[in-house]
Amino acid sequence: MLNFVIKIGAATNSLVRYLGQLTILWSQTIVLALTPSFKGTRSLIQAHRIGPGSFVISSLVAFFVGMIMALQMAYQMVQLSAEIYIPKVVSVALTRELAPVLTALIVAGRIGAGIAAEIGSMTVTEQVDALRAFAVNPVKYLVVPRFLGLVLMLPVLAMLADVIGIWGGYVICVYKLHISHQMFWKMVFSALAMKDIVTGLVKTIFFGMIIAIVGCHQGLNVRGGAEGVGKATTTAVVRSFILIIMTDCMITFIFYFLLNV
Amino acid sequence: MIEIRNLYKAFGAQMVLNNLNLSVRRGETKAIIGRSGVGKSVLLKSIVGLMKPDSGSININGVEATNLNEKGYDRLRMEIGMVFQGGALFDSMSVGDNVAFVLNEFLNLDQKNVRDRVAHALALVGLKDVEPMMPSQLSGGMKKRVSLARVLCMEPQIILYDEPTSEIDPITAAAINHLIIELHDKLKVTSIVVTHDMNSAYQVADSIAMFYRGQVIADGKPQEIKNSTHPVIRQFITGQAQGPITEDESLIFGHVK
Ligand SMILES: Nc1ncnc2c1ncn2[C@@H]1O[C@H](COP(=O)(O)OP(=O)(O)OP(=O)(O)O)[C@@H](O)[C@H]1O
Ligand SMILES: [Mg+2]
Repeated sequence: MLNFVIKIGAATNSLVRYLGQLTILWSQTIVLALTPSFKGTRSLIQAHRIGPGSFVISSLVAFFVGMIMALQMAYQMVQLSAEIYIPKVVSVALTRELAPVLTALIVAGRIGAGIAAEIGSMTVTEQVDALRAFAVNPVKYLVVPRFLGLVLMLPVLAMLADVIGIWGGYVICVYKLHISHQMFWKMVFSALAMKDIVTGLVKTIFFGMIIAIVGCHQGLNVRGGAEGVGKATTTAVVRSFILIIMTDCMITFIFYFLLNV
Repeated sequence: MIEIRNLYKAFGAQMVLNNLNLSVRRGETKAIIGRSGVGKSVLLKSIVGLMKPDSGSININGVEATNLNEKGYDRLRMEIGMVFQGGALFDSMSVGDNVAFVLNEFLNLDQKNVRDRVAHALALVGLKDVEPMMPSQLSGGMKKRVSLARVLCMEPQIILYDEPTSEIDPITAAAINHLIIELHDKLKVTSIVVTHDMNSAYQVADSIAMFYRGQVIADGKPQEIKNSTHPVIRQFITGQAQGPITEDESLIFGHVK
């Protein structure tokens, strides 16, 4: 029993310490992003590496999720002859929740892992040391562009996923459930408010920060050689997944209970 | 110029630098010799502030470096060039961009000027037309030389060389030695050269310091080191398998009978 308590204590301790380290890196990144000199092209290069490559897979996933949701709902709603409400539910669920979260998880897997591996191998081959030896701050040089790239790109990707996901719902509603084209869009736009879209996009900004900070933190703290880089990559993905879901829950709480949106 | 006093550094239970003292005068070239793993690279990294010593003092140009924060250290680092043992080239950049790194990062020069300076620095280390290549396409010795060119481009007052002539053929090594001597004679660069190559140490150094068990056990002119009668130094510079150094370590290695 005592052992158990000690273990819980140790785990809490290391969790708090880890979150503390992330917070420190996050605040350094914010400060350095706001101090000159600004090298905007570096962030754009990162954004370019993130965006187009993730677009295909995130929109594919959103499209199918839109279809699946419409189908699953039809299963119940048809019995109540309420299938006319499916466009509403699909579009709201997608924009508020599913498109942002799924996009973030995909990007965490694709880009977060890549960031951890890239920076991790720079750490073990002393390239990060070399940066510091040349009086270049590795956080400014490596973390800030990836951070800005993700914070910029993730909302864009999520917005595209919103649209494509709703088209997924459209395919089922119009071709399978025989809701008319006009009716579908009428229902979608009557349900969707600006705040649904905005809350979804606000989430993605946080998710983008999580992916960048967790990936960079793992990369900068790699110990050992290739094996260490591998471990850092896996850990980065697992931890971003968990933090994304936890943050999602927290933000949804705040939006729902405190801001009533 | 560089004054190191009572420096200690341990990794866990392993004591690497154990009360180390070393001083390098302005314009001097100091060679550091010592067995693999005694902490030569650790010392260089401590001087540039990449590792924090456990205790002791590192005074560079009259500035106590151990008290500096990262930002303060950056000001010192502008004057110090370090050639890493493994090269540490940025592998996502071409050789040209690597060499131009400091120029691109800190100076606003036009592209032609940068290209000329890069070509000049590469020529100093005996490389030509390698700018478009990627570091992964270079041999070990070429990487080392590009890394040296990258440092030359920043025109530092102090250069720390971590084994500049290892992995390099004898002819190129002689050219590198010559370059170190030229930098010393013409530009009055202060240097620390970590090397396993005794000939190179004799040629380039004003003085040679020998590391043993975390300390400097001898520091003197090349001639003095060459003629030293100290058994540890004798064994090292003449490269004998048997002697006091290996007897010490046989406790760890075990004897082959
Ligand atoms: N980051 C580190 N973490 C733990 N131990 C380290 C670290 N860096 C160096 N060491 C240890 O410190 C000791 C000295 O290492 P260092 O790299 O300075 O050796 P060296 O004298 O440069 O050897 P070589 O001539 O082979 O380059 C080694 O035993 C090494 O295991
Ligand atoms: Mg070394």
